[in-house]
Amino acid sequence: MMTRTSPSRRALQYLALAGYLVFLAFPLWWLISTALKTPQEIARIDPTVIPIHPTLENFRTAFEQQPILRSILNTLYVAGVSSLVTVGLAVPGAYVMARYRSIVGKSTMVWVLLSQIFPFILVIIPLFLIVRDFGLFDTHLGLIIVYIVWSMPFALWMLRSHVQSIPIEVEEAAAIDGASRVRMIREILAPLLVPGVVATALFTFVSAWNEFFFALVLLKSPELSTLSLTLVKFIGAEGVARLGALAAASLVATIPSLIFFAIIQRHLTSGLLSGAVKS
Amino acid sequence: MRHRVRAAAALVAAGALIAAGCGAGSGTNEAGSPKEPISLRFQSLAFQPESIAANKEIVAEWNKANPNVKVEYVQGDWGSVQDQLVTGFEGGTAPDIFHYESSYLRDFADRGNLLDLNDYLTDKTRRDIRPAIWDTATFDDGVYGMPFLLDAFVVFANKKLLDEAGIKVPAPDDPWTWDEFTANAKKLTKQGRYGAAFALKSPANRILNLSLNFDGKFFAQQDDKSQAVFGAPEKVVLQRIHDMLYKDKIAAPEAIGMGGADTLPAFFDGKFAMVPSGIWLRQQIIEQAPKDFEWVTIPALKGTSQTQAAAPQTLSVSADTKHPEEAVKFMEFFLSPKNQARLANGDAMVPASQGALDDPVLTKTPGWEVAVASGSFLQKAPFQTVKGYEEWKNKIANPSIQEYFQDRITIDQLGQKLVKDGNGILERYQR
Repeated sequence: MMTRTSPSRRALQYLALAGYLVFLAFPLWWLISTALKTPQEIARIDPTVIPIHPTLENFRTAFEQQPILRSILNTLYVAGVSSLVTVGLAVPGAYVMARYRSIVGKSTMVWVLLSQIFPFILVIIPLFLIVRDFGLFDTHLGLIIVYIVWSMPFALWMLRSHVQSIPIEVEEAAAIDGASRVRMIREILAPLLVPGVVATALFTFVSAWNEFFFALVLLKSPELSTLSLTLVKFIGAEGVARLGALAAASLVATIPSLIFFAIIQRHLTSGLLSGAVKS
Repeated sequence: MRHRVRAAAALVAAGALIAAGCGAGSGTNEAGSPKEPISLRFQSLAFQPESIAANKEIVAEWNKANPNVKVEYVQGDWGSVQDQLVTGFEGGTAPDIFHYESSYLRDFADRGNLLDLNDYLTDKTRRDIRPAIWDTATFDDGVYGMPFLLDAFVVFANKKLLDEAGIKVPAPDDPWTWDEFTANAKKLTKQGRYGAAFALKSPANRILNLSLNFDGKFFAQQDDKSQAVFGAPEKVVLQRIHDMLYKDKIAAPEAIGMGGADTLPAFFDGKFAMVPSGIWLRQQIIEQAPKDFEWVTIPALKGTSQTQAAAPQTLSVSADTKHPEEAVKFMEFFLSPKNQARLANGDAMVPASQGALDDPVLTKTPGWEVAVASGSFLQKAPFQTVKGYEEWKNKIANPSIQEYFQDRITIDQLGQKLVKDGNGILERYQR
């Protein structure tokens, strides 16, 4: 029996939702607001939410002093490629780990878990030496390979759970209907895996987009710099930051990832599993 | 025949020497004119827009005058330079010339990462910088960096509040003592306003630096080993600041956890009347202060002396560089008196070059008289030569001093930590 929500209860729900939206949007608004403020307004003891004398000077400073656009393109390239390759490799790997029970699968999972224990400060010097010896130091390719290797354990783990959450009966039903394994994976399993693949792709993309330390150590040419390396240049000795220019640059840097999210996010909630199996 | 060849070779060599001599004396910037064009990588940590612009301009001027020695400008940053240099030296990819600070050079020099500049620096360059400042980058007789920007701990004050309280701004040759500073902070403290605000987020360097005012050295040499010590001279500045915070209540406790320019909003608003800080803060005040805000720079405080530790920013050359001569020549060009004035102006700091001090670019900046006077009492401090100081500072001194300023431990407990725990760390470096 359907129960009707009372108007007062509904109003409270909307209020809570609005509060939550404000909570989520506030940091982004603060970024926009800071990017539009003068240094004097940023240094006020009673901060203003809406800039009193909005200015685009911070954007001019940011673009004049650091190659923001080039860094965004570099980061898009590195994060995009590493995300695609990670997911491309992780999907078949995760399928095998989820569906084929063997000692290799188990030991692989243990190894995957173990590899997550090491903090990257521990591996950075040997990793740096390996990358250099392969002639990949100061190249995007070297950084992409490191990002793929670094994200792979989590991607495998995440996708394995997604594959496991798809009932085996779906595959069995397809097999009974005469579908080959390849056809079953392509036409039955792949669409069901889309939310998991998207979530994994988002994770690897965002990890690479935000990553700082590997990029710092593995790149040296300014023209190869990724965004995190460029943004940190707005912070000086004793932690003093040029907040206006930093906010302006960060805001511009957020736009491509926002667009990427906007395009990809609907796949996250597509709920393809619903109705796949009658309970 | 053989004699003719030798004579010809001698003539060529003599000609080359004469040509080289003429070149050196002609005042041009040419770096020995290598036969094949070479390139050098120079990493700068310039941060202020004016300073970045000055850095780039000077590099462009060099490249124009020295087409065979092309210098590539690379922008580094203070936050990550240590990690970057460590991995760069380990992997042989460090920049040829890099900007950093004298306090951090010792460890790199000990590991053989830095070129000893002794064999390369000209007498003119050596004479331009005071010996006390050269000392800060000299370890075991090797010179591992060329100092160029100096900082000193001075006091910035709200002029209007000083006038209201009838407090006169002291002249650089008649600075306030710590007692006078405390008395004036008392006068300036009112309901809702503190007389002073010490931003001591990472307090160790600052405290060790200021303690030199009372001859507090924190380290002593025993049997060729550095030992942490904590006696009466080391206690003075710590105790004075602590008293201002909790006994007299004339310094803002909330500022203790602040760093850099975090105190400025309250300073501009009149909630903090005086802000002791590095001379570099001038730049931030000029940039951020409201138009009607009047401020003054008060000379460095005096204990038994005004002595403070010099920790100049430096340029160093990587030991792995393939072109040490050219790298040092570029460094000397980059840090000529005229260029040091431009760089110091960009960062609102004091140039190490004596020849730069009269440059009109600097003399017209606010608080310049105080800034330039600060250059005279800066010298190498004992802690700057201690092996393992960085670890002692980060693991023991910074957290313990913070605890003391948060009133969670007594000064004797602090001393115990600095000495007992600290010597445990130093021991490892001196085996």
